[in-house]
Amino acid sequence: MRKQRNNIFYGADFVLILLYLTLVLIGLINIYSVSSTTANFDAFSLSSRFGTQLLWIVISIPIVIFVFFLEARLYERFATLSYLFILLVLAGLFVFGKNINGATSWYSFGAFNLQPSEIAKAITALVVAKIINESQFDLRKFKSQWKAFLIILIPALLIAFQPDPGSSLVYLAFFFVFYREGLPWNYIFFGLLAVILFFLTIAFGMVAILILSVVLMLLAGIYIRYIKLRKLNKFGLDLLAVLLFSTVFILSVDQIFNHALKQHHRDRFMIILGKTVDNQGIGYNTNQSVLTIGSGGFIGKGFMYGDRTRGKFVPEQDTDYIFSTIGEEWGFVGTTVIVILFTAFLLRIFFLAERQKNKFSRVYGYSVVSIFFLHYMINIGMVIGLIPTIGIPLPFFSGGGSSFLGFTILLFIFIKLDAHKVYEW
Amino acid sequence: MQRGLLLFYFIITVSSIFIFRLFYIQIVADEYRISPLNNSAVRVNYDYPERGYVFDRNGKLLAANQPSYDIMVIPREIKNLDTLELCNLIKIDKATFIKKIEKSRIYSPYLPSVFLSQITKDEYAYIQEKMYKFKGFYIESRSQREYTVNSAANVLGYISEVNDNLILENPYYQSGELIGAQGIEKQYEEILRGKKGMNFIQKDRFNREIGPYRDGIFDSLPEPGSDITLTIDIELQQYGEKLMKNKRGGIVAIDPKTGEILTLISMPTYNPNLMVGKERSKNSVKLFGDKYNMPMYDRSLLAQYPPGSPFKIVNALIGLQEGVITPETSFYCYHGYQYGSSAKAFMACHCGVVNFPIKLEMAIYKSCNAYFANTYKRTIDKYKIPSVGIDAWSKHLNSFGLGDFLGYDLPIGRKGHIPNAEYYNKNYKNGNWRSTATISNAIGQGEVLTTPIQLANLTAAIANKGFYFTPHILKKIKNIPYKAYNEKKITTIDSKYFDPIIEGMFQVFEIGTARYSRLEAIQMCGKTGTAENFKRINGRKVQYEDHSIFIAFAPKDNPKIAIAIFVENGGFGSAIAAPIASLMIEKYLTGEVLRTWMEQGMIDKSLEYQYQKQLFSLTSFEKATK
Repeated sequence: MRKQRNNIFYGADFVLILLYLTLVLIGLINIYSVSSTTANFDAFSLSSRFGTQLLWIVISIPIVIFVFFLEARLYERFATLSYLFILLVLAGLFVFGKNINGATSWYSFGAFNLQPSEIAKAITALVVAKIINESQFDLRKFKSQWKAFLIILIPALLIAFQPDPGSSLVYLAFFFVFYREGLPWNYIFFGLLAVILFFLTIAFGMVAILILSVVLMLLAGIYIRYIKLRKLNKFGLDLLAVLLFSTVFILSVDQIFNHALKQHHRDRFMIILGKTVDNQGIGYNTNQSVLTIGSGGFIGKGFMYGDRTRGKFVPEQDTDYIFSTIGEEWGFVGTTVIVILFTAFLLRIFFLAERQKNKFSRVYGYSVVSIFFLHYMINIGMVIGLIPTIGIPLPFFSGGGSSFLGFTILLFIFIKLDAHKVYEW
Repeated sequence: MQRGLLLFYFIITVSSIFIFRLFYIQIVADEYRISPLNNSAVRVNYDYPERGYVFDRNGKLLAANQPSYDIMVIPREIKNLDTLELCNLIKIDKATFIKKIEKSRIYSPYLPSVFLSQITKDEYAYIQEKMYKFKGFYIESRSQREYTVNSAANVLGYISEVNDNLILENPYYQSGELIGAQGIEKQYEEILRGKKGMNFIQKDRFNREIGPYRDGIFDSLPEPGSDITLTIDIELQQYGEKLMKNKRGGIVAIDPKTGEILTLISMPTYNPNLMVGKERSKNSVKLFGDKYNMPMYDRSLLAQYPPGSPFKIVNALIGLQEGVITPETSFYCYHGYQYGSSAKAFMACHCGVVNFPIKLEMAIYKSCNAYFANTYKRTIDKYKIPSVGIDAWSKHLNSFGLGDFLGYDLPIGRKGHIPNAEYYNKNYKNGNWRSTATISNAIGQGEVLTTPIQLANLTAAIANKGFYFTPHILKKIKNIPYKAYNEKKITTIDSKYFDPIIEGMFQVFEIGTARYSRLEAIQMCGKTGTAENFKRINGRKVQYEDHSIFIAFAPKDNPKIAIAIFVENGGFGSAIAAPIASLMIEKYLTGEVLRTWMEQGMIDKSLEYQYQKQLFSLTSFEKATK
């Protein structure tokens, strides 16, 4: 036993680490290809995207060891403190931050830029796990619900005002966690209903969807009352609530869409719904990225042979749109392998989280999988033209040190907690 | 675990949707699969080969190429431009200059675009000396068609820029490239044009060229176009066009031994060089818009006329083959033929042979309507049911290439019309019709329609005594004989039946309707025709002057040319069509024409007054109805 105790990596889940390393390696190879499109490409110079990415991977090694070195219980103990600290750091951006591409999301340290919002996700996950682990906390209670919502709302708002709405959207991932830990299902139900109605209303117009929802409700009512011959009272009330919600929401979508959102947000929705076609202006990114992926065909054009990647047709192809290069150079085979690898990666964390005996570890693990899932869903969904343009990175693939470090720390804290389960807590 | 399943299903669903979507855009949807040709990341530089030359059967050059020059501009590279000097040099005003520069800039500031197209050789000579002064402008030489003859425009056709539909159909062509649009330029486009060479160049999204795409593995060298030789005899063609001056109609001459088309004349015609160069689109609007002369309408291939009396010859052949007449069979002519009980059911005849038994030979050279009406009626009534008789009759005609596309190698054509039982059953209720209802077919009027080339082919089949070769216009590709058309097409008439017919056609020149066109030196066989024609003007049937028709072949014993002529509203067949045919045969067989008085008479003969009368009656009718 002593020998095992001395090995800090003892108990770490090797399947998960192997999946992580595979994704990182493929990501690195891919960045090499994208990076080589720049003039005077020198792989191991810090002026190239590949060079910096490699450097961040090297830097992450001592950090991972450090994560393992810390005792597991410290993560719970210092969660609140680090949460307050990161809020301070996020707020400090408004004073000391460096503006890159219109968002003040960065601290600049000479050659390096750090994006605190990437680390904030892991810390928020820790503090969420901590409060849910508290004995009197119960998500079925209103007070607990608002406490939980507030914890994710503060960093989300701070990030949203940088402005980096994409990154703040990731905090929606915590609703999976809350639901798992007892949040009543109607929050999720109404949330999903709102998203669906929002899209449908923009796509087909207010009146049509209003009539459709009323008709559907009536049919549902008739079905329950006359066919299933159940008592209508309870369901009737629920139905009425849903109908009321839908009606008010549909009526307000118009207001939200036309007044609350900015023009470029409206454009992105319209493009995805096919209501506007503008492949040169606002729809350029999505159109080019879908064309680029499509041009790969079944087996792709081969490593370093993506002519559209060479020509840099897709903007941000080394960060948010990097998946397009995989589509072009590795084809359907490549993209499917990545999708399957990610699915395996997510499900592995999911099962490990469910396996935790300790509530803190379980909630944290669950937060980790939710955050990774949201990144995966939004990023690939956007690149293949299913979701409006929302700029968030694809874990381990998109170039960028802060996000790579953030994802690695997020993951390895969980691997540490998971490894620790063999010890007495 | 129960509640945890939500996320589990979410992950599975989202991943499945991704794989379906990727399957769609990467494998199913074509629009996303980009070949290097229409990939915006790859620029193709084309290397155009020279278009093949066209020669006539005697090796005379018909179509060649001439250099033309385009002034090109790359807007980004313009520096220190003296606008006024440039405008003066290339003779445009400042407003035009600004408009053109703006257009190029919108197209692309980095890429060369045509600033001023197709300047002439003379202009080029002095412009190019001063071109060095204008940075960003340069001259690029191209090749454009030059037709060396002012003739045979309908045969040669023209080339024009490809339209968008064609680009979709045929990926070879890019916008702005040229393609054969009519005549042999269209028919033998692929042979003439060769194959352009391609160099693929990798670009970035700002359209800058980075280097060869994939180290040039897709690049190809141009393949030059091939020269072709036509079967056309350009001298005969020009001669025919001269004779047809101020007349409308079509002339087709065929070498019956091979099916080679010697002339293909459609009048009025135009100068093929009008459809070349920078004036092309302007001229094209003018020519296509000329609804009065219709010069772009190829009458030799497209015009469907009632064949008139020459059709009697086939009817006689069918009668012989079906055994309803022999060369010795005789009929009487009563200034016509009574085919029904009412006084109206009478077909008049102008042969003038009364109270004398008319045999086949005389019937042909006198063109007796009554004789052929009798023959036709016997042919149809040989079968108990008229519809069976009509079908048998129309099958014989089909074997001569009538009533359907002939299959010649030119891009346009018409079927003509040979009625069959189905046609009459449709037009007469319950199939309640008899042979006499269709009696006009006996003399090539009524429902029968043929194009000049069909009639020429029919003549060739008669000259050959029962077979023909599909008419064609291509003789050689790069001096290698073209052999796609040397299959003998055999008609349903036995060759022995042709002898009395040919004798009759010989007598047409000797003592018959075309005796004034007779030539001592050459034994010609022919048949005149005069076809009534009507035009429907606002629902009213108006009769115009008859079409003058003639078919002929010569020499009688060893036919070398078979010819068919339609002259619209030319009156009797013997008046215009027969002399022209006779002159053309003389020209072709002897190389010169001795009957200059006849030649001059034909050239001077103008039918303009006839056509203007039609135009006038049309417009006055329109005025009257307003």
